[in-house]
Amino acid sequence: MTPPRERWSAIEIAFWIVPVVAYFALPTFRTFGSQVFVAGLFALSLDLILGYARIVSLGHAAFFGLGAYTAGLLAHHGFGEPLSGLAAGAVVAALAGAATSVLIVRGQDLTRLIVTLGVGLMLYEVANRAASITGGVDGLSEVPMWPIFGVFRFGLDGSTAYVYSLVVLFAVFVLMRRVVRSPFGLSLRGVREGERRMPAIGVSVTRKLVIVYTLGAAIAGIAGALLAQTTQFVGIDVLGFQRSADILIMLVVGGAGYLYGGIVGAAIFMILQDRLASLSAAYWQFWLGLLLVLLVLFARGGLIPLAEGLSRRLRDRRVKRGRGPQEAGGG
Amino acid sequence: MLSHLAGILFDGVAYGALLFVISIGLAITLGLMNFINLAHGAFAMLGGYVAVMAMSRAGVPFLGALAIAFVAGGMAGVVLERGLYRYVYDRSHLDQVLFTIGLTFMAIATAAYAFGPGQQPVHLPPYLTGQVNIGGVDVGVYRLFLIVVVAAITVALSWLVEHTRFGARVRAAVDNRVAAEGLGIDVTRVFSVTFALGSALAALGGGMAIDVLGLDPTFPLKYMVYFLLVVAVGGGRTIKGPLIAALILGVFDVAGKYYVPEIGSFVIYALMVAMLAIFPNGLFGRPR
Repeated sequence: MTPPRERWSAIEIAFWIVPVVAYFALPTFRTFGSQVFVAGLFALSLDLILGYARIVSLGHAAFFGLGAYTAGLLAHHGFGEPLSGLAAGAVVAALAGAATSVLIVRGQDLTRLIVTLGVGLMLYEVANRAASITGGVDGLSEVPMWPIFGVFRFGLDGSTAYVYSLVVLFAVFVLMRRVVRSPFGLSLRGVREGERRMPAIGVSVTRKLVIVYTLGAAIAGIAGALLAQTTQFVGIDVLGFQRSADILIMLVVGGAGYLYGGIVGAAIFMILQDRLASLSAAYWQFWLGLLLVLLVLFARGGLIPLAEGLSRRLRDRRVKRGRGPQEAGGG
Repeated sequence: MLSHLAGILFDGVAYGALLFVISIGLAITLGLMNFINLAHGAFAMLGGYVAVMAMSRAGVPFLGALAIAFVAGGMAGVVLERGLYRYVYDRSHLDQVLFTIGLTFMAIATAAYAFGPGQQPVHLPPYLTGQVNIGGVDVGVYRLFLIVVVAAITVALSWLVEHTRFGARVRAAVDNRVAAEGLGIDVTRVFSVTFALGSALAALGGGMAIDVLGLDPTFPLKYMVYFLLVVAVGGGRTIKGPLIAALILGVFDVAGKYYVPEIGSFVIYALMVAMLAIFPNGLFGRPR
């Protein structure tokens, strides 16, 4: 499990060209595409705390929802500037993340599960009860957004939303790519591989976990704010357990600990959901459950390590047969 | 006022007793195999549906339906443990969480498909309805029934764990699995049996819970945090721990919803956060 290297590989560059091509090739899917980027950004934030800090969270939607309500309420009350809305969402979510991280870092896995689950449920209850502020179960509508930089208006065809979410996703991704390669990122890997040994070389595990949890919360807040801005609506489900579970599934489908896994998983998940859930919501939940069970039994670590393993096995086989990789194209 | 308080205490204890019966199996799996089974509530749900079907379709009386639910839960436990669960014992907690959430989703979807999304009705027999006056306090007969049944189960479980050969094996396996195996105890089998027993108790609890907690397909998720909480606070090493945790939880939840209905469920979450902050390893846990 290595984080991306310093230089961008060809696969990485190709990866980011796909959404640019999709913008022109699939103009009717721009609104849907922006939702995929939001989910990808949200999954990226969970990757930090799950893939890099090994904290299993069942309530990551808490931070997503906080970001969404922050940006949504700002616009609802007349301040619809998008970028500062994102920043506000990040700050509020980060504060909540820092506050709860105290409980998270102290406990074992079970305690962490319950605290994350409980914080999520608690915030859901707050949003539900404070209906005069949040709109309750009806959701917060009338979230008018100002044009980005005063120029780009959010239109019905979703092109602005598409480009805006893609740019935000990419910007955060570049930042995270730097973070996981930094000395801080390396020490996180150290914590992941050997939590008990890190104190011996003078690393405060607790502090690292608090920082990474807060960072993950902040990015989830940005993702939530992005959803509120691009859909100009905040439904109470932004805080729901289903969203926390869904994002966890997206991340593990793609593979945690690669930064790309969450984005790949989000795209696959959203497309599948779009196709299957339209048949029946109950069936979708069944297939989702089955997918999880099969994933754990047969595809440990998600699709990225699966693909890596397959390509390595192919390479090994070639080496065994005494053929160089340059001849492989013919075989 | 005082009788009021006693009434709430009584309801809270009955509620906690129910939580204990459902959660004890989860505590055992955690203590014995360090396995986090988020699908545990699905066994309770299964028991609920089995009981409802036995009563409405086959005309079985209430107590008989509970017995059938108990057996059905145990059988489902054996099948799933041997067929699926044992493949994920050695996995990370993340894998266990994903695996059991997957099973929970499948159970919910299946229940919604088979029985519809609505609440299931339960018709209690006449001798379990109404109220009786005990020492000046009016208490529901059904709540009293819950407390008596759970007290009997607790005594039976304690006897099983403290005074039988099987119980000694369970205690040895919980204390130190490797050493127990070294002494020739078949821990895998011990675990299969306890898993089945825990599932059976959860199903029994699910059957008894219909009148108190309700029964619809979302049951396993709706109460998941409560079951987990009982285990996290009470620990998985004793029977006493989850029992006390469940009673605390039950009393505070009922009292919170009665005295401060505006903030209803916050009381329990606040209590939970406070307890886990003070005792990160649970009330009776030992630090690892």
